[in-house]
Amino acid sequence: MNSTTEKLLKMVSDWTGTFTDAFSIRENGQCAGRRSTPNVRIEDKAGLPGLDIHVLPGTRGERLSIPACVTHGDVDDLVYNDFYVGEGADITIIAGCGVHTENGEPARHNGIHRFFLGKGARVRYVEKHVGTGKGSGIRSIDPVTEAELEEGAVLEMDTTQLGGVDRTLRNTKAKLGPGARLYIRERLLTEGDQQARTDFEVELNGDDSGVDLVSRSVAKGNSRQEYRSRIIGNARCTGHSECDAIIADKGVVAAAPELVANHGDAALIHEAAIGKIAGEQLLKLRTLGLTEEEAEAKIVSGFLK
Amino acid sequence: MLTLEQIVWDVPDGGHVLRGVDLTIPDGKTVVITGPNGGGKTTIAKIIAGLETPVSGRILLDGQDITGLDVTQRAKLGISYAFQQPVRFKGLTVRDLVELAAGDSLSEDELCQFLSRVGLCAREYIDREVDGTLSGGEIKRIEIATVLARNTKFTLFDEPEAGIDLWSFTNLIEVFRDMRQFNGGSQVIISHQERILAIADEIVVIADGQVKDRGPRAKILPGLLSGNAHCVRCPGREEVL
Repeated sequence: MNSTTEKLLKMVSDWTGTFTDAFSIRENGQCAGRRSTPNVRIEDKAGLPGLDIHVLPGTRGERLSIPACVTHGDVDDLVYNDFYVGEGADITIIAGCGVHTENGEPARHNGIHRFFLGKGARVRYVEKHVGTGKGSGIRSIDPVTEAELEEGAVLEMDTTQLGGVDRTLRNTKAKLGPGARLYIRERLLTEGDQQARTDFEVELNGDDSGVDLVSRSVAKGNSRQEYRSRIIGNARCTGHSECDAIIADKGVVAAAPELVANHGDAALIHEAAIGKIAGEQLLKLRTLGLTEEEAEAKIVSGFLK
Repeated sequence: MLTLEQIVWDVPDGGHVLRGVDLTIPDGKTVVITGPNGGGKTTIAKIIAGLETPVSGRILLDGQDITGLDVTQRAKLGISYAFQQPVRFKGLTVRDLVELAAGDSLSEDELCQFLSRVGLCAREYIDREVDGTLSGGEIKRIEIATVLARNTKFTLFDEPEAGIDLWSFTNLIEVFRDMRQFNGGSQVIISHQERILAIADEIVVIADGQVKDRGPRAKILPGLLSGNAHCVRCPGREEVL
């Protein structure tokens, strides 16, 4: 494993020189270390680059780390990881991704993750993305996440991208069975000439299923973000999405939320707000002794926390 | 000591709000500014804190002319301001705000000291966001806690009783008494409330953009309570300016 990978691992995962539980580290498209545990089996996928990961039914309190790093330009990494989480299992999955280039060549990671959650399974999925390095090489991370939740399953997705990534296309799709719950927390910061597009499509197919989707983003400089969400209620269900964006400088945010109620007992709500930092927020923090710049930085970091 | 000299302030469309206000706030005193709604009380507070700039006149803090200083500079000189309508923040927690006010990170015990003084349990509140999920009363108390955490020599409270719905008034009065006793600085409280007027060392009556009356509590309060003066008991109404 090279030193850039080590630095990226510290930024995107809880790497301390090792991982405590099951893990698989991907470095420039190759495996740089892997460990299965009795409850979490990691295997090569047949016929495609990537992994099949099986979490046995009833697994409790384990963590699985699957970071991926691209450490130089001229790499276009594509990986397919499938997660089969057994009935009643409870696990935290940390899937950070770091992309580094300094030679002016582009570096890209495209991770396609599919989740299959059995009855009553609970997954906390943490995804942190960063881009580092100098030069004009475009750093891209294009994650695709697909999830199928069986009865009573719960998936919490916590995704963060706070700078350094020039282009990102985030595509998330989910189908929920009866009583299943999906919680999504997205945090996104773009600056300079960066561009980000994020797309969510959630189908609520089972009675009493529900989704809560909260996206907070900040667009600075000349950056541009597009947000699209589509929540489809096909049963007695609840759906809530909230898209809040702060714009600064010449940043642009376009938000297109969509709700589709195909069932008489589908209750769907969307809230969206885009605007610059409120003047009274800056004033309040300045009355506490912060300069305008310090106040702005504090408001942004709190918003994206 | 804080002194206002001939402060004039107009609204952008040209209306006169403050028409030459002279005011002195002595060290270690609690001065309550009262008077009818729309008379210019909140504007005086904003001008002292630097949120508004006077058209003419001077503001002196301990002899230093601070008229040209901005909000941050005045805060650093020791002026604190509790907003009448506290600001909400998506993302910033009660801990964040109180620590920013204190200028340092705080232990749970220290946070508890500030929050318990405004009747809030630190464990329940420190990780809550200062957003729309807090009630008007809760956010008002947090606003007062931020001012306590600043512990400065000069503090302005703009209608601190407004929105204090669940918390007993007695505790709010205790906060002012404690501040006077332990902090030793000056407090300016804008209020219509009789029980707050009752703890004033001095009372200033502002009406029509001018100081109509001022003096020790014993001299001013009886006239206010007898109803001869300017409509002091309208706590439920919104301040216009």
